[in-house]
This record gives sequence, C-alpha cells and structure tokens, in this order.
Amino acid sequence: MSRRPYVREVPRTTWFFKHPRYMRYMAREVTCIFIGIYTVILLVGLARLSEGPAQYEGFLEALRQPGSVLFHLLALAFSLYNTFTWFNVAPKALPVQVGDEHWPDSVVSGGHYVVWVGLSLFIRFWAGVL
Amino acid sequence: MAKSNKPIIWGTFAAGGTLTAFVTPVLMVLTLLAATGHLPEMLGYDKLHAFAAGWFGKLVIFVILFLSLWSQAHRLRCTFYDFGARADTLVAITVYALAGVGSIATLVYLARL
Amino acid sequence: MTENRMGTRQVELEVLRYNPETDQEPKFQRFTVPCVNEWCVLDALNYLKDNLDSTLSYRWSCHMQVCGSCGMMINGEPKLACKAMLRDYAGVIRVEPLSHFPIERDLVSVADDFMAKLKRVKPYLIPGEKRTLADGEYKQTPAQLERYKKYAMCINCMLCYAACPEYGLTPKFIGPAAISLAHRYNQDSRDGGRDERQEEIATSEGVWECTFVGACSDVCPKHVDPASALQQVKVASTVDWYLEHFMSWVKK
Repeated sequence: MSRRPYVREVPRTTWFFKHPRYMRYMAREVTCIFIGIYTVILLVGLARLSEGPAQYEGFLEALRQPGSVLFHLLALAFSLYNTFTWFNVAPKALPVQVGDEHWPDSVVSGGHYVVWVGLSLFIRFWAGVL
Repeated sequence: MAKSNKPIIWGTFAAGGTLTAFVTPVLMVLTLLAATGHLPEMLGYDKLHAFAAGWFGKLVIFVILFLSLWSQAHRLRCTFYDFGARADTLVAITVYALAGVGSIATLVYLARL
Repeated sequence: MTENRMGTRQVELEVLRYNPETDQEPKFQRFTVPCVNEWCVLDALNYLKDNLDSTLSYRWSCHMQVCGSCGMMINGEPKLACKAMLRDYAGVIRVEPLSHFPIERDLVSVADDFMAKLKRVKPYLIPGEKRTLADGEYKQTPAQLERYKKYAMCINCMLCYAACPEYGLTPKFIGPAAISLAHRYNQDSRDGGRDERQEEIATSEGVWECTFVGACSDVCPKHVDPASALQQVKVASTVDWYLEHFMSWVKK
C-alpha cells in the first residue's frame, strides 16, 4: 500500500466566495480603499488650505459635486463598518484582566462604543454642528 | 528564521486602525455636510486656517493623516494578497512609498500654513 | 428526510471518497443511513461503516469532544463529527475531510504539517526558575492561571487550520493552534521559554501571516479563541521590536 495524498488547491482569487464569513472579512478589508481615498481628499484639502482662501474655496466647490456626495455616502458606510468590526474584536487584542477574572468582551467593546459616541459628539460640537 | 520587521508597520496599522475607527466616520459626516452645502462653521477658511496654523492643530492634523495613510496602506497590501496578487514585495513597496510621500506632503503643507 | 414517532429518521449523507490506490481524484458518494435523532454525525458514520460500506475510512477515538481526531467538514464548516448533532441538520449532509490538508484516504487528512509546526513552537513548560524536588512544586495563583487558561483547552483538532484562509493560501503559515499554544506557555508564570518561541512565531511565517480573519475562533470547538492569542502575540512582538530597536538599554 502506497501513500498518494490528494492536495486540493485553494483558488487564489475566488476563495472568499466559499463562506459568508470570508465575505464579511473581505468587506472589512476593502474599507481601506474608501478610507484611503478619503485620507487623500483630506490631504488635498490641507494642500488647498495652505495655498490660500481662493484655492480652499475651489476645494469646497469640488466637494459639492454629485460624485463627491455619492463617494461620501459610500465611504461613510464602509467607514462605519470598519469602526464596528474594529470595536467588536478589540477585546481579543487587548483583554483586560482584573484580579482573577477577565472583563467580559462586551464591557471592553462597549467601552469603545461609549468613547466613540462621546468623541464624535465632541468633534461635531467643536466643528459648530449641533 | 529571523524575527520579522513587520512590527514597525504593524504598529502604525494598529494605531491607525484604532484612530480611523474612532474619528473617520465623524470627519466624513462633517465633509458630507460641506458637500451638501451645509458647511460646518469650523470648515470655513478663516477658522480652519487659524486652527491648522497653531502647533496643536498641526499636531492633530499630522497624527490623523500620518496614521490614516500608513494603516490603510498596510491593509491595502494585505487586501491585494487576499485578492490573489502575489507580487507582495512590489505591492508593499508601492503602497508604503505612497504613504511615505503622503506623510512628507502633509509635513510640507503644514509648514506652509 | 423522513421522521417517525420512534425518533428515527433516514439521513442522506454525501461523503467525499478517495482511494489513493484506485482513484485519480476524490468524488462524492451518497448513502441513506437510518439514524436516531439524538445521534451525532459520527454515529451516522459508524453505522454506515458497520452496516453499509466497511471500506469507509475516517479517524475517531473518544466520541466526547476530547481527543480531537474526528474533525471534518460538515456542510462546508469545520466540525468535530462527535459534536455535530443530526437534529441540527436538515436535508442532505455533506461530509468532507478537513479543508487545507491533503487527503490521505476518504475522510482522513494528512496531519504531518501541523504536527511539525506544533513541535517547532515548543508547546511545553520550559521552567524559568530551576527547582529541585526538594524545593517543592511550582506554585501559581488563580490570577496567574486565568492569564492562559482558555488557551490551554486546545485539543489539536486542526479545525482552526481548516477554517483559516491564510493557511489555505500560504501553507507555510505556522497557524492558529500552534501559535495559540506558544502563547499559552508564554503567558504561564512558571515558564521562561518565551525568547525561544519568539524565534519561531515572531517571524514572517509566524504570527505576521495572520490578517485577523477570525475564522479560527468561530470554529474552535473548545472556545480557545486562537484569534485573540495571535493578536496578543502581535502586540507583544511589536512592543519587543520597538524596545529592541529604539530602547535597547531598557531591560525587558
């Protein structure tokens, strides 16, 4: 009797269709495309700000294009998904043990959400939006 | 096998991922308001310029842009691999170079304010 | 699927068969197995082997979620066949050997790669402080035990490897269970072997191949949560790196 193990190759470009949890993972990973493009938009805004009022006004004008509004809506959805996935797994990377017990994951995650809501409200308030 | 130097990038990924999770959504809301014609007071030229010209404003802007750039660049590298692009070294050099250029540009623009 | 008042039902099992002596590639074979509702998939396989086809090969031993040998894909999900209850399944149940491992025969997968990796990470106590018998036992407080307890529950069933897409795409990845076990000993107050293990797991084949998909923790039958172990290893290795390169005068 001879051994002849059969190897099943994982398809490199389509493996994530195999299971919903892989699709959720890829959805999380592609948030970087939207957050990355958004960061570049912020960088361009900073550049225009440094160039003077007229240039900065031009940047705000460009922001008001329909394509920009659409991008913002999409990017916001992906960004929120990134936030939720990040907070939900935060207790795995940073578990908190006090005495003989670990804090429940829900407490660590919940703490992140509370800080997030507070910080977001603060930044809105700071920006003059109520 | 030698220990990896990944931590230098992963450090910025972990810090940047945390930062973008906390602040990117609300920043998007602010620029979305600007995009729909409801410009938040703080995003007007005079107020924003005054904020960005101060050392605290400069620091905040630099930290946000620097960590966002490097964390998203790193995740983009992993995403390329997951989609089947195996030229990992080329992808890594490209995305990290972009993040590096963006970081230097941020410093230059901040210095000009 | 038909169910009668005696609590029995006919279960359609679709089993991936592979005979290395005669088959070019694996193929599915359908069996109708008379089962009792309270059986698990392993019971159905045992009935099948005893009564319908004695050539079926699969591994099992304890039938109680301790030995970790009956791991297989059940409807596409890595499961222990002894923990997958028939009452939770309707329709045809598809049974395959664990993903990402070569198939030895039928439902038996080749575990050599995992066994070699397990050995590399030194998953045993390397005492930090040498004690003689006369010195007495190594004592540990409940708080010290709590630091690693959940990672000590691993039964080496390899379900996490079958779930991990990064292991499937990059087979040299040391993988979830082995790194979690390294972490288990690193976290142990009696252990002093962390530096030796870091040489294996703080490498590009080690923890840095992980992208935190989290599938390993979803499928772990013993709630070990390997994903948490790997993220903690990343955090600790990153702290190490910064200390070694920027603050080498700080004693770790």
